Amino acid sequence: MTDKTYEGSFHIVGGDFSHAGEASTELKTILLNAGVEDEFVRRVAIATFEAEMNIMIYATAGILRYIISPEEIRIIAQDMGPGIEDIELAMQEGYSTAPDWVREMGWGAGMGLPNMKKNADIFRIDSVVGEGTTVEMIIKR
Amino acid sequence: MKLKEIAEILSLRPLTPAVGHEREVSGAYVGDLLSDVMANAGEGNIWITLQTHVNIVAVAVFKNLSAIVIVNGRMPDADTMDKAVSEDIPILLTGKSAFETAGKLYQILNVQNLQG
Repeated sequence: MTDKTYEGSFHIVGGDFSHAGEASTELKTILLNAGVEDEFVRRVAIATFEAEMNIMIYATAGILRYIISPEEIRIIAQDMGPGIEDIELAMQEGYSTAPDWVREMGWGAGMGLPNMKKNADIFRIDSVVGEGTTVEMIIKR
Repeated sequence: MKLKEIAEILSLRPLTPAVGHEREVSGAYVGDLLSDVMANAGEGNIWITLQTHVNIVAVAVFKNLSAIVIVNGRMPDADTMDKAVSEDIPILLTGKSAFETAGKLYQILNVQNLQG
């Protein structure tokens, strides 16, 4: 990866499942082109795909921002969604508030937030009910 | 083993015949929960699932899977097929269950490893 820091963002529209994964796929391509290790790309890709899906499933809209430096990537996923009442509960694997139609698609298994945490070195989540949720992840190379 | 050889042995019906059938298959993963597949499927794996909607293609692209095999005689949506072709992800169909498909595939891949 080059010495410079670069950043960008993707806008994500809630419910727009036909475009699911596009932001994370683009970010994956950016990282691969930058020549970083496959394992690092893999972790970033899974974490961002899950963040992207959460915005699509739960929120009206959201933004996924990334800042890439030689040492790490910082990803901030911020949405205008319903917010999370009990974050501790939401972090438990298998717990989900996804509606049935989302579960039928194989999403909403309660693995999204745990997958993000697992792949990030630093994981922060902040949520206000009725306003939205912000997830910040730092993944080090 | 190449995807087309596996397709022949398992009598899988290629839905996207023009796509990727020379591809090398590294193994397989069975699952209907997309986050599980994202977390645990390996590169070059065939993904055996009953999911048919368009997001399966995104997951396959993402994980560099070699193909998606849809079981139980299910038929994917039209937009899933379009996306599979545009993203270069082969989709194959079978009337068999996930259990039977995975079992046979396990057998032939293992035999190949023993010979290999």
